[in-house]
Amino acid sequence: MKTGPDRRGYYGAYGGVFVPETLMAPLAELERAFVRARKDRTFGARLAELQATFAGRPTPLFRARRLSARLGGAQIWLKREDLCHTGSHKINNALGQALLARQMGKSRVIAETGAGQHGVAVATVAALLGLECRVYMGVEDMRRQRPNVDRMELMGAEVVPVDSGSRTLKDAINEALRDWVTNVRTTHYVLGSVLGPHPFPMIVREFQSVIGQEVFSQFRKQTRGLPDLVVACVGGGSNAAGIFSAFIAHERVRLVGVEAGGRGEGAGEHAARFAGGGSPGVLHGTYTWLLQDAHGQIQPTHSISAGMDYPAVGPEHAMWRDAGRVSYTKVSDAEALEAFRMLSETEGIIPALESAHAVAYAAQVAPAMPLKANILVNLSGRGDKDLEEVARVEGRAP
Amino acid sequence: MSRISEAFTRARKERRAAFIAYVTAGDPTLDRTVEVVQALRRGGADLVELGIPCSDPIADGPSNQAAAERALASGTTPRGVLETVAAIRSRGEDIPIVLFTYANPVLAYGVEEFARDARAAGADGVLFTDVPVEELELFGPALGAAGLDVVPLAAPTSSRERIKTAARRGRGFLYLVSRAGVTGARADLAPELEASIRTARKLTKLPVAVGFGISTPRQVARVARLAHGVVVGSAIVDRIAVVGDSDRLAEVVQTFVAPLARACRP
Repeated sequence: MKTGPDRRGYYGAYGGVFVPETLMAPLAELERAFVRARKDRTFGARLAELQATFAGRPTPLFRARRLSARLGGAQIWLKREDLCHTGSHKINNALGQALLARQMGKSRVIAETGAGQHGVAVATVAALLGLECRVYMGVEDMRRQRPNVDRMELMGAEVVPVDSGSRTLKDAINEALRDWVTNVRTTHYVLGSVLGPHPFPMIVREFQSVIGQEVFSQFRKQTRGLPDLVVACVGGGSNAAGIFSAFIAHERVRLVGVEAGGRGEGAGEHAARFAGGGSPGVLHGTYTWLLQDAHGQIQPTHSISAGMDYPAVGPEHAMWRDAGRVSYTKVSDAEALEAFRMLSETEGIIPALESAHAVAYAAQVAPAMPLKANILVNLSGRGDKDLEEVARVEGRAP
Repeated sequence: MSRISEAFTRARKERRAAFIAYVTAGDPTLDRTVEVVQALRRGGADLVELGIPCSDPIADGPSNQAAAERALASGTTPRGVLETVAAIRSRGEDIPIVLFTYANPVLAYGVEEFARDARAAGADGVLFTDVPVEELELFGPALGAAGLDVVPLAAPTSSRERIKTAARRGRGFLYLVSRAGVTGARADLAPELEASIRTARKLTKLPVAVGFGISTPRQVARVARLAHGVVVGSAIVDRIAVVGDSDRLAEVVQTFVAPLARACRP
């Protein structure tokens, strides 16, 4: 199966560039900078050095023996992106794009954030590289991810509350795009997922593909084979794209993306685009699957995990879905919470609520699979940030 | 010649710039929009841009975002906007109407169906805020075939090549965005505006209309000396927000735009 977009930024029928004219020049500049960087040994060496000495790569591949034994089926393996500096895979992309921003001579970076993981990653690399940084975050998300707001501010970023629309990730992206269109000459927008107008889905996928590359050889080394199933949660879809990218060409490896099933099937109760009644349309510069009403207005979403509370999905995922290469399913808030608890108890690893969706799916299918089968789960982030929210949802805190 | 081209020709004969007024359809209600468009014409508008409200208007500043929220809250749909255009025409209004929209409402409607219904309702053109020439193929042919002018946009960051291509593919007029940024009133005009208007005029035979950030008669007068048309949007939208769903609305709008329209005359 073909990987990567065509020259116009399309993945099959999906992708493209649906933005105000003012952004066309900076998007073209970004694509040129990225193409140049990809061929540039110095850029590659600098990124590899920071990945190793700053971000903590390579992250380990961990065999979850007690969890597997408890489930009594397939062996479960965890790619430990939660051990990255800042606590999630988001640092991979933030590092790459911040280096690109420097190369383009931009002194200011902006970002959107939902769970706060991407915002923290961008604030971190901005501090590292001496860039001015502003992060847009919905007020609803600021409430449920307070520790991440404090971290960003501690590192010198300005966190701007977004009070429009649904006050979550979608609205933070709207606001970041408005900032970018106003300050294009000095500012680079570090988009946090495989979303948005071309070339963002391509760039973010490339910087996240380090996950797949590492785990492919780690898995080979430890098992002498390939996993039978690879599972990742899909909000915008960057950690999934990063790990899937190494396995797409290996047709006998099943790939499953897990969306947020929320608390019900109705509009506004979940964020499952593929598995919950979405359809193709344009949001945030790209043609992809969305949760929208009959008139093309974006519908509200819900997920217990702020990072998956988003109505669109990366265009490459839409292509993979159409081609049948990746299947997409959903896991409810309650199931994710159960997995959050189970992984903490059995392995001493507290997963992010986002990643807990992937763990929950693995836990559902593992018992029916043979003991010698292997499931690889991308553990995209750690869950310390979620403790307060979990306590609140479970009624143990206000 | 389309109604849009006629409006610019008439203004040129009168040695003045055309005055273009933007409002969001359905703000506060679609019934009021009929009155507001008539009031804009009486106040001296040569052309009306009618915004189709969108839940995620990334090219718009706070005024138009709030207007879109009010319009959606009053139950406005793209179909309702087209029915309102027909209602305006049924009152004998022949002021040119350009539908100002994001891509997704049109995609959800169906591009062919939208083109057919918009033309049948009496719209004259369509302007997309988030469809650069690279993606125009999806919309341009169907809208053009239905007889609608697809109005091209140019921005301060557009290269000369891009402006030329956009203008060649478009019809009616070239909408020149006055500054990098979103819609909304500003205290001053961009310093490089004069140069970019001159450049745009050299690159196309289409009339050049300038919008984004123009809100006062003084600003209109300055731009009117350089361009073929001047667009005022958020300032009118802000008036509508203050008055709301009231029988006074039409009169307030007419009184508010009259000095803006007069400022288009030398």
